[in-house]
Amino acid sequence: MADTARDPPPEQTDFQELEDGEDLFPEPAAAPESGPASLPAEDVSTNSNGPKQDSLFDDDPEDLFAEATEEVSLDSPERDVLLSDGPSPAITPITPPTSVITPRIGHAHDDMFTHSSFDEIEEEEGGDSFDIHIAVSDPEKVGDGMNAYMAYKVTTKTSLSVFKQGEFSVKRRFSDFLGLHSKLASKYLHVGYIVPPAPEKSIVGMTKVKVGKEDQSSNEFVEKRRSALERYLMRTVKHPVLLKDPDVLQFLESSELPRAVSTQALSSAGLLRMVNKAADAVNKMTIKMNESDAWFEEKQQQFENLDIQLRKLHASVESLVCHRKELSVNTALFAKSAAMLGNSEDHTALSRALSQLAEVEEKIDQLHQDQANADFYLFSELLGDYVRLITAVKGVFDHRMKTWQKWQDSQMLLQKKREAEAKLQFTNKPDKLQQAKDEIKELEGKVQQGERDFEQISKTIRKEVSRFEKERVKDFKSVIIKYLESLVQTQQQLIKYWEAFLPEAKAIS
Amino acid sequence: MMGYLSVSLQPRAVNVDLQTDATLQVDISDALSERDKVKFTVHTKSTLPNFKQSEFSVVRQHEEFIWLHDSFVENEDYAGYIIPPAPPRPDFDASREKLQKLGEGEGSMTKEEFTKMKQELEAEYLAIFKKTVAMHEVFLCRVAAHPVLRKDLNFHVFLEYNQDLSVRGKNKKEKLEDFFKNVVKSADGVLVAGVKDVDDFFEHEKTFLLEYHNRVKDASAKSDRMIRSHKSTHTTALLRILLHHYAYYCTTTAPLRILLFFLKVSELFEKTRKIEARVAADEDLKLADLLKYYLRESQAAKDLLYRRGRALVDYENANKALDKARAKNRDVLQAETSQQLCCHKFEKISESAKQELIDFKTRRVAAFRKNLVELAELELKHAKGNLQLLQSCLSVLKGDT
Repeated sequence: MADTARDPPPEQTDFQELEDGEDLFPEPAAAPESGPASLPAEDVSTNSNGPKQDSLFDDDPEDLFAEATEEVSLDSPERDVLLSDGPSPAITPITPPTSVITPRIGHAHDDMFTHSSFDEIEEEEGGDSFDIHIAVSDPEKVGDGMNAYMAYKVTTKTSLSVFKQGEFSVKRRFSDFLGLHSKLASKYLHVGYIVPPAPEKSIVGMTKVKVGKEDQSSNEFVEKRRSALERYLMRTVKHPVLLKDPDVLQFLESSELPRAVSTQALSSAGLLRMVNKAADAVNKMTIKMNESDAWFEEKQQQFENLDIQLRKLHASVESLVCHRKELSVNTALFAKSAAMLGNSEDHTALSRALSQLAEVEEKIDQLHQDQANADFYLFSELLGDYVRLITAVKGVFDHRMKTWQKWQDSQMLLQKKREAEAKLQFTNKPDKLQQAKDEIKELEGKVQQGERDFEQISKTIRKEVSRFEKERVKDFKSVIIKYLESLVQTQQQLIKYWEAFLPEAKAIS
Repeated sequence: MMGYLSVSLQPRAVNVDLQTDATLQVDISDALSERDKVKFTVHTKSTLPNFKQSEFSVVRQHEEFIWLHDSFVENEDYAGYIIPPAPPRPDFDASREKLQKLGEGEGSMTKEEFTKMKQELEAEYLAIFKKTVAMHEVFLCRVAAHPVLRKDLNFHVFLEYNQDLSVRGKNKKEKLEDFFKNVVKSADGVLVAGVKDVDDFFEHEKTFLLEYHNRVKDASAKSDRMIRSHKSTHTTALLRILLHHYAYYCTTTAPLRILLFFLKVSELFEKTRKIEARVAADEDLKLADLLKYYLRESQAAKDLLYRRGRALVDYENANKALDKARAKNRDVLQAETSQQLCCHKFEKISESAKQELIDFKTRRVAAFRKNLVELAELELKHAKGNLQLLQSCLSVLKGDT
């Protein structure tokens, strides 16, 4: 019953452009289906329900799902009315025509869908008017001792209408970023959105900064962090849904932000997180999902492989950086040694040439150092980011499994209740029978919702994965091009140095 | 794994700038690397009447070169010359070990990786091989260019006698004797060096060579380390990133141009990696080898100064002995003869030593000039090559995206 009814009328063309950032979730223009069903929907939408176990999104005027949430939340009495009328109309507009049938149809269609959406994405690239740029800069130490922290300036330049101004900046500290991520994660991860992970905490690194050690390593640490925070924000706003999230907007725009205390590692919230993580891990092992969709199985496998590869590659880039730094040290040593040799050489022109050689080698040493930095920042950090992102992707796949599990659990419970009701039919207990019937109705709704949730998360994940893959390609391509440009610069410098040296060498007579 | 390697060598760049003249030309025309020895084909062309033919070849091994060198050192007549330093022993151990390890690990890597590594290691082996040949050749050329040493009988035997010279390597006892001799010599050397020389030229040379030798030693060690670092810093890691991405995308339905992007970049890195390897190899050849050679040559020059210093001390001691003898009027004739011998020896050494040291300087300056110029030119060539590859790849990639 559920499948066929969910086919929306083909005239619903608003939603064919999947990747149009602005209009991904347009407001439901008009409730296309039956009147009685839509009326309560409008009523209910004014009830602001707090964040619930099953509620999908916070109150967001632009969020299409808000109404759906209200309709189907477990405790809402209106739900029964709606369900009896068939599918909730508010939900249907979201599902674009093609994707509705995707979970059912086999592999071939999945490929087509992925492929075509990827192509669509590629076509979109040309006309992509994604105009927002965030810079994290000016790290400033605030306060003293162990309570000190680094404040970063977050500057946003944009022409998007969702922002009040075109250019503005605020001051934020690291825990603010973590707080933002934590909010986004709790809102979006369990419905299948890949929320970019925040940069990692580093107790050691921060302690050095707090203690006030003004040395190379703590400067490097601050710079690494600054760069990571910038990448984090850019990734977050590149996500069309996250961009419009009020928490994100507040983070970027408002000058005052309530302090996120629950992000502290050793706080109770932190401990709770750790416990939950452990529980999740155990659960994951016990859920045996009956995967009907080969796409998911394939993708999960691919992400497993990618995870392993990226970790290996991250390690080998780090070793490359190490080697280059060693080369730099050895070049500097040789330069000094050559200078000494030049000093002791008693043939004047040769002596001068050797000193020049020493200078050239010293400059080359500096080049090696700069190259090592490029290697590190460009590639190593990128790979690190992606290792963490893949973890988030895997998390989203896990949520899908959990959603499936919930659905299955409801179904099993429904089955049991039905059996119990059947038994009750033969006893003479009208009250109990009615109660059973009520419970069954409730469970039927739950089952349907569970199925819808599952299909919704599956759909969302497909979209997210496509987006992720597209972004990943873009990221790697742009880093590679930057890296090649840095190599070009190195070679140009090398040419300059050796060209300056050559006449000196030739002048030896 | 490496059974043997035979390399035919065309006239290669000599490390040391030498004048080859038609009366005697020596080179190593071929070489064969067997399990634990290298066989050099020494080829001679000469117009001198001493030889039976005008052109001939013999096969020699490393030990025979050492025998020749040692015979020069032990010859009192040559005390006043810088004896061309002996070529270092061919050392393929490290390279052989690597090749062996590769063979053992064959199962754990892909065929492609294996072939690539094997090629690299074989190229390394070949490079070491070529170097050892060059160093043996330089030794012979120096001898052939020296006005006195070229006439040495042992040298002619070395060049012409087409049987094995039956020169065995030193046994343990002899090696131990050598060791003690060296200890005594260094102690004596310190003593002799302490004696101030009347002659300004030699005094200056003594100070100069001592310091120079130490600094060349340091520079040689540091340049070796630098070049070894250079060799191990590959862009291989980055190459692998790209290949993996490329492979990953092959398994997804990614558009063709993404695959092409990664393919192009990995091809680029393949090429730049080869250039980087060549840069390290050229630095090795032009810089490291140069310094190593002059480390040995400066030691030979120091040895000459030591011999002269020794002769001077002997001369002064003989003078003192003569005075004593005259004072006591005993064994005067004996003391006089002894003193005259010492004087003659000292003067002979001093005369030739002066010229030798001047020649050493000339050779040194010329060699450094040649190698530094060639080094700079090669570095430029490779940097320009790299730049061109990078720029053309970048323009293609940017044009695509």
